[in-house]
Amino acid sequence: MDLFEYQGKQYFARYDIPVSKGDVAVTVDQAVAAADAAGYPVVVKAQVQVGGRGKAGGIKLANNADEVRTHAGNILGMDIKGHVVKRVWVENASDIAEEYYASFTLDRAAKKHLLMLSAEGGVEIEEVAAKNPDAILMLHIDPVDGLNTAGAKKAAIDAKIPEKAQQGVADILVKLYRCFVEGDCDLAEINPLILKPTGEVHALDAKVSLDSNADFRHPEWEEFKATEELDSREQLAREKGLQYIGLDGTVGIIANGAGLAMSTLDVVNQVGGSAANFLDIGGGANADLMASALDVINSDKNVKSIFINIFGGITRGEEVAKGIVEAMGRVDLRAPIVIRLDGTNAEEGREILKNAGIPESKLTSKPTMLEAAEAAVALAK
Amino acid sequence: MAIFVDQNTKVIVQGLTGGQGKYHGLRNKAYGTQVVAGVTPGKGGSDVEGIPVYNSVAEAVSATGATASFVTVPPKAASAAILEAAAAGITFIVCITEGIPAQDEARTYNTLVRDYPKVRLLGPNCPGIISPGKCNIGITAGEIAELPSAKGPNVGIVSRSGTLTYQALYELKQRGIGVSTCVGIGGDPVPGTSFIDCLREFQADPETHAIIMIGEIGGSAEEEAAEFIKANVTKPMSAYIAGVTAPAGKKMGHAGAIVSGGKGTAQGKMDALRDAGVEVGNNPTEAGSLMAEIVAGLR
Repeated sequence: MDLFEYQGKQYFARYDIPVSKGDVAVTVDQAVAAADAAGYPVVVKAQVQVGGRGKAGGIKLANNADEVRTHAGNILGMDIKGHVVKRVWVENASDIAEEYYASFTLDRAAKKHLLMLSAEGGVEIEEVAAKNPDAILMLHIDPVDGLNTAGAKKAAIDAKIPEKAQQGVADILVKLYRCFVEGDCDLAEINPLILKPTGEVHALDAKVSLDSNADFRHPEWEEFKATEELDSREQLAREKGLQYIGLDGTVGIIANGAGLAMSTLDVVNQVGGSAANFLDIGGGANADLMASALDVINSDKNVKSIFINIFGGITRGEEVAKGIVEAMGRVDLRAPIVIRLDGTNAEEGREILKNAGIPESKLTSKPTMLEAAEAAVALAK
Repeated sequence: MAIFVDQNTKVIVQGLTGGQGKYHGLRNKAYGTQVVAGVTPGKGGSDVEGIPVYNSVAEAVSATGATASFVTVPPKAASAAILEAAAAGITFIVCITEGIPAQDEARTYNTLVRDYPKVRLLGPNCPGIISPGKCNIGITAGEIAELPSAKGPNVGIVSRSGTLTYQALYELKQRGIGVSTCVGIGGDPVPGTSFIDCLREFQADPETHAIIMIGEIGGSAEEEAAEFIKANVTKPMSAYIAGVTAPAGKKMGHAGAIVSGGKGTAQGKMDALRDAGVEVGNNPTEAGSLMAEIVAGLR
C-alpha cells in the first residue's frame, strides 16, 4: 500500500523524524487555515501518487492567505497524469542549504536491507544512478544486526555528506531505519533530505510503501486504507476478499493461483485479445468465491467475454464445476463464459457443466488454455 | 535418487491439528510420505488419525528421528515455528504459510544463515516439494505427478508459482514424461531456497536428465539463475516466465511479483534465459512441448 506524502510525513513523525509543520486540506478554506497555522511562507503541494508533480504545477509557494487561496484553488481538482488531486498538503516553507537522498528497501537478490544514501538529492534517484552512480552509497544491512548510530555515521561519511550535516543525517537514518523495520515498510524514502541554513537536517518529502502482509500488527493503518485510491471494481473485489487488479481490456479473467492468472493474461494477449483484469480466486474456488468473482467481473462494463481458467490441484474439478453452475444461478451475467478446466477430476467437472442445461451461448468449455483463450478473445470482438 | 527429499525422509507437521495442517498432512501421509509426528504446543500426547502429536519440535525429533518439517501455521506464528524447527535439529523445512510480513521473512532467513547454516528452508508461501513415488511435503496433489522411470529420461521441475507448478507437472504427465523432483520455491520476496539452489542439485542428481524452470515477473532471481545456468548447468532446460502483460507498479498476487522501475520484466528474464541456452516457451504448454522435444532427443 502506497501512502500519500502527507501520510508518509505523519508516519515519519511517529518515529520522531523531523518534518515540516503542516496539515492536509480538501478545500480552499481548509488550505488557508492550514497555512495560517503553519506560518508563512507556505508550500501548497498536490497529494497524488505519481511523480512529476512540480513540473505539472502541483507544487506552489505562497506568501500569504490570498496566494494560498489562488494556488489551492488551482491545484485541487487538477489532473496530474490521470490522477485527480483531491487533497493538498500545506506546510511551512523551508530554507534549503543542501539536498540529499536517503532510502531503505529490501534487496531481494541479496536478501538483506539496502540503504541508499546520496549527497545529491532533490532529483529522481534513478537519474543520479544513471548519470553518476558513484554518487550513491549502497549499503547492505543484515536484518539480524540492524543499523546503529555509529554505522549510520560511517554511512554518512562514506556517502560524502558534508561534515556539518553528518550527525544530523546519521540521526535521521537510525530513525528512518526503525520506521522501515518496525513500521513494516517495503520502501521508506526521503527525497530531498535537506540541510537548513541553520544546520538542522529535515525530511522535506516522504515516500512510504507499506507491506500489507503486516497489516495485522498495525491498527494505525486503518486511516491509510480509507484514502487508498481504488477504482470501483477494485473496491468491490476487496470487499469480497479477492485478489483483483483492474486493467483496460475486454476479456474478464478468473483463475486460481497468481501465477496461472498472470499466465492467463499472457495467453489472452498472445492470441490478440486484451484482459480486463487480473483476478486470483485462490485455491478454494468454491461457489461463494466464484459468485463473488463473477459479480466483480460483471460490474466491469468493458467486459465482453469471461475466461475462467482453473487448474484443479487440490481443488477438484467437480467442485469447481458445481461452484460455477451455482454461481451462474445467482449472478445475472452480461457476458458469455469460456471455461478451461484441467487437472484433478477435470473430466467429471466438464460433465457437470455439460449436463447443467446452460446454453452454449452463455458457457462453452475448452480443453486447453490456448483454445479457451482463442474462444474468449473471438467472443470479445 | 531425487533432490532434497526421498522415501527415507521422516517428516513432522507443525500445525498438524489445524484445519489445513490436518488435511495436507494426512494427504502427504496417504501418498506414502513418512509423516511421523505432528507438533502443536499444548496438544502433546494426542494424535491425528494415528499420527502422534508433541508439544515441541524437540520432543518430536527425539521421539521419531525426523529430519524434515512441514510448517503450516498462521503468518504470525510462522517465523517462530521455522526457528524452533531449526533449533531442534530439523535440516529441511517446508513452509507453505502465505502472508508472512517481508521484514519477518528477511530476519528469519538471515538468522538461519547465521545460526543454522546447514538448514534448508523451502518457501514460505510455496506449494512444497514432491519426489514422485517417494515423498510429498506440502499441498501438491500427488496424482498429477508422473513417476520417474528407471531408464529415464526424467525431468526436474523448479517453479516460483503454485498453480503453474501443478500446470508443469500436468504438462509432463500428459506426455508421459517422468519427474525426478518438483520444487515450488514460492513467490515471496525472501524465499529460503532459490532457483540456483535447486538447479545445482538437479545438475548433480543422476536421476534428473533435463530441467523445467517456471519463473514470473519481479525481482532478479531468473536473471541470476540464467547466469548460473550459463556457467554450471549442462543438462538441457526449458522455461516459462509468467507476466509478459503485467502492468508496471502492480503486485500480481504474489508479494514478489511486481515490475518496478523497468526491472523484473518477463521479457528481460526470457532474454537472459535464452542467452543461457534455455528453450523458452510463451506459455506453460509450449514449455511442456519444448521439454517433450528435449526428452525425445535424450531417449
